[in-house]
Amino acid sequence: MRALFSTVSIADPAASWDHRGILPPREGDPGGGDGGGVYGSPNFDLRLRRARLGLLVGLTGILMIFISFTSAYVVRQGLPTLDPRTNALVQDWLPVRLPAILLLNTSVLLLSSISMEMARRGALREAALERTASANVAADRTQILWLALTLLLGVAFLRGQWLAWRQLTSSGFAIASSPSSSFVYLLTGMHGLHLLGGVLALLAASAATLLRRAIASCAVAIDVTGWYWHSMALLWVYVLCLLKFVR
Amino acid sequence: MATPESHVHVHAAPQGFLRKWVFSLDHKVIGLQYYFLALTAVFVGMFLSLLMRIHLIWPNVSLPLFGEIKPETYLSLLTMHGTIMVFFVLTTAPQGGFGNYFLPIQIGAADMAFPVLNMLSFWITCVGYLVMLGAFFVTGGAPLHGWTGYPPLSAVPSAGPGEGAGADLWVISIALFCLGALLSALNFITTTLDMRVKGMSMMRMPLTCWAWFITAILGLLAFGVLLAAGILLLLDRNLGTSFFVPLITVNGQMVGHKGGSPLLWQHLFWFFGHPEVYIAILPAMGLCSQLVSVFSRKPIFGYKAMVYAMLSIGILGFMVWGHHMFMSGMSPYSAFAFSIMTMAIGVPSAIKTFNWLGTLWGGRIRFSSPMLFAIGFVSLFVSGGISGPFLAQPVLDIPLHDTYFVTGHFHLIMGVASIFGIFAATYYWFPKMFGHMMNETLARWHFWVSFVGAYAIFMPMHYLGMAMHPRRYSQLTELNYLHNLLPLQKFITYAAFITIAGQFIFLFNLFWSMKYGEKASDNPWEATTLEWTTATPPPHDNFGGRTPVVSHGPYEYGVPGAASDYVMQTAPAAVTTGV
Amino acid sequence: MGLVLLVVIWLITLVSTYFFVAKTWWLPPGASAAAAVIDRHFAITYVLMGIVFVAAQLILGYFVWKYRDRGAQPARYVHGNNTLEIVWTVLTAVLFIGLNLMSSSIWASERFRPAAPGALQVEVTGMQFAWYFRYSGPDGKFGATKPELIDPSAGGESAIGLDPSDAASKDDVVTGTMYVPVNREVEVILRAHDVIHSFFVPAMRFKQDAVPGLAIRMHFTPVSTGDYEIACAELCGMGHYKMHGMLKVVSQEEFDKWLAAREAEKQ
Repeated sequence: MRALFSTVSIADPAASWDHRGILPPREGDPGGGDGGGVYGSPNFDLRLRRARLGLLVGLTGILMIFISFTSAYVVRQGLPTLDPRTNALVQDWLPVRLPAILLLNTSVLLLSSISMEMARRGALREAALERTASANVAADRTQILWLALTLLLGVAFLRGQWLAWRQLTSSGFAIASSPSSSFVYLLTGMHGLHLLGGVLALLAASAATLLRRAIASCAVAIDVTGWYWHSMALLWVYVLCLLKFVR
Repeated sequence: MATPESHVHVHAAPQGFLRKWVFSLDHKVIGLQYYFLALTAVFVGMFLSLLMRIHLIWPNVSLPLFGEIKPETYLSLLTMHGTIMVFFVLTTAPQGGFGNYFLPIQIGAADMAFPVLNMLSFWITCVGYLVMLGAFFVTGGAPLHGWTGYPPLSAVPSAGPGEGAGADLWVISIALFCLGALLSALNFITTTLDMRVKGMSMMRMPLTCWAWFITAILGLLAFGVLLAAGILLLLDRNLGTSFFVPLITVNGQMVGHKGGSPLLWQHLFWFFGHPEVYIAILPAMGLCSQLVSVFSRKPIFGYKAMVYAMLSIGILGFMVWGHHMFMSGMSPYSAFAFSIMTMAIGVPSAIKTFNWLGTLWGGRIRFSSPMLFAIGFVSLFVSGGISGPFLAQPVLDIPLHDTYFVTGHFHLIMGVASIFGIFAATYYWFPKMFGHMMNETLARWHFWVSFVGAYAIFMPMHYLGMAMHPRRYSQLTELNYLHNLLPLQKFITYAAFITIAGQFIFLFNLFWSMKYGEKASDNPWEATTLEWTTATPPPHDNFGGRTPVVSHGPYEYGVPGAASDYVMQTAPAAVTTGV
Repeated sequence: MGLVLLVVIWLITLVSTYFFVAKTWWLPPGASAAAAVIDRHFAITYVLMGIVFVAAQLILGYFVWKYRDRGAQPARYVHGNNTLEIVWTVLTAVLFIGLNLMSSSIWASERFRPAAPGALQVEVTGMQFAWYFRYSGPDGKFGATKPELIDPSAGGESAIGLDPSDAASKDDVVTGTMYVPVNREVEVILRAHDVIHSFFVPAMRFKQDAVPGLAIRMHFTPVSTGDYEIACAELCGMGHYKMHGMLKVVSQEEFDKWLAAREAEKQ
């Protein structure tokens, strides 16, 4: 019952506050506590956390897209269809033989994850150094090399996927040839599209690094791109397993 | 997780018309952009419905400019009306419009977490809207497959006029909308979790913020599914795949698909579609809670219950989609499971209604224009909600599915209650956004015409439904048993004329008051939440360089012994209240 | 303003309720075995929900009048009441879920069991924009159909693509009007050629989508003779509004005579 009645007293009218109820800035407080004030200096940990949270939320959205495709895939496999000629239900799922190049592409992508991780850690290390060291430390930004390698491998992966499509089509499995082939193109294509997004993010992060933007900003961008990249690698492994083992 | 004000990249107020008003990164401007997009959309949607109502009663009349409306045109009007209203009005104004504007302010933040993404969300949505309108102008015109777009009708261009390029544009527009919605949801969730000011715990957030937060989570999980379905439909339509289309012949011609499942679309669509209707109503519920508290001058009854109710609605909302599919050929056992869950979701909605009534009880009600619409919302929500349990029972859905009973049900909830939420929000926040009050007399006229008019239009649809009048019929001349129902249809059309006319009072009031309305003080409603502590309109960073500190809950009205009948959230902690 | 709101809300509530109670526009008379049970459950639902509707609206109207600001006394500073929350949550849950469980037994008896043996089988095919009905004839078997043979403009057997080379097709009767004998269970096998249609017979309280790619089996038992309109209840294109048919329920003798006459025409 405590919520029903409260004891109320106006104890201290002396806490000065203007009619809008905002406390005036306290002395020595730049207006936000630990240095993250509105016009204060950037707070790296905060920005990093926020960016990572945003990425996690965004990945959830992407996850739902692929869950939908997975559900369609599983349902379609087991779905009998009415053959109007015989009035009987028939199963028409023919598994597709996946081109071997997909395994090569997978290795390329996993390698790119490694180089991405090197870039990411390098960027974070630099950001940490920048905060603790004196102003004279020159940033060497070596992660640009790792970024470039990741970019290369990422593009190689996409090219490899394109080759895989060409091989599939020439062996008689175009997108509309059969339900199973439709799904192969759909799943690999949608993954490729999302990886392309990652490639664009990589380009942006690389540009920022090359143009010597603030180390903190670059580090946040590279970190988020890195985690996205790893997620796309993981997603690829998932898609491959789905296509290979759920048939 | 509450942190003090944080670094956001955009602080210096932008210069130049383009950066200030077109490609703005300021959540307030973006909110207004969404709002005005929805405003144009709602008038387009209303106009389409007017044409529909005219055609039903006078099928052969020749209208100026349009000529005679053919039956297939009626179906295109119907499709575009539904699509535009659901997406570009009900999913845009409450969340993209008011949510964008006021969520950051109500939690004490200077902007949304990712202002660039915010701007992108708006522009993607805007392009989507233009693409949707484009469907009217391509060969074949707009599609006629209903906002629900069931294949094979929506997947096969030869299945009907408008199912060619028009349907492609429709799908593309929806896909763009999904993208914009996902990005927006990302922003809302991150902002709510990470940018609340000191003292603003989750349980001290206004219920509007809870509503926007839960709506964003629903959007995040649902729009991806619709996007996936849309991609599959585009592939079926354009690349010859057969995700949704089995072996069919249209008018004796084989169309080259086989093996697909029309039910697969329905499952994917409604997995999105049911949460979508909660996306349309939750912000209005949050606002209603806010308004009944402010204008009864007492705390919301059962704050925690309201939060849990919204959370339950959100979670259960993902488990009931099959109730749109009872007649679809889905397994009857699944139907049973879905119907139990659907009845269950009626419970938190009822709880919310009881709590609103509980807030009114013992209050000192002020009948401002926002309050009128809030009260109207409660009445309309009850009316629309009561028809739900009929449809939720598969056995009763047998006669009622695809009749006007359904149309009456969802229009009362979405087409009116949710719209009342948008009106209430406009009247309530207009002073803060534009520095003027809206005209009260005009507001009252608007309220009465809309309230009575809405009932006059949509309550009779339940009678039509019970008499088993099917929906989406472009002419009522063929089925014999519809003849006795024509007078009721006529009544609905006349009521629609009057109600639609009444909306122009609102339109006029909106624009006239921006310039000529009575000047508004910073807190004209004597409300406690953070937006009323800022200047009017709020400065670029919302709080003028200062950081609010929150010490109280959002509904401290009528605190016994307090100096006035409301205690701001930012009042000093020494002012002791119950929360 | 409080008083005006009360009056208007109460008036709207009472006027709406009047039309529900007076059954000015109401369910058409039922003509199937299930209709009585369904209608009874409909009545229970609408009485209970009607009470909730009227009570909620009347209370809303009353509260906004009673608790209008009259200047003097303060509002009640109350944050809620947990007991009340529990009570009304439980009551609502009992009402809603109770109603549902009641109707579920009806649903189960209608849909969880297949048609009884000896039911009359009628294949119902929906296409843009007509219904065709096929009877299997004396051999009790439906002949094969081929999509290539479908020709809607020719009507009847060609419209459903009946394959004349299949022996079982010889005695299949295809009509545009559905005849069934009274008091005998009818099993409909629902098919669709092009888009989703829905076979809806209001008087029988029967509705089921006809989905291309599926042959859906459902049953009902007509219990009174007469002519009953069939409507399409799923948007199927520009002719959706005129895709109607007629169900004629006749005595068993009349049905046999009718079917025999149709068989004779085929010779």
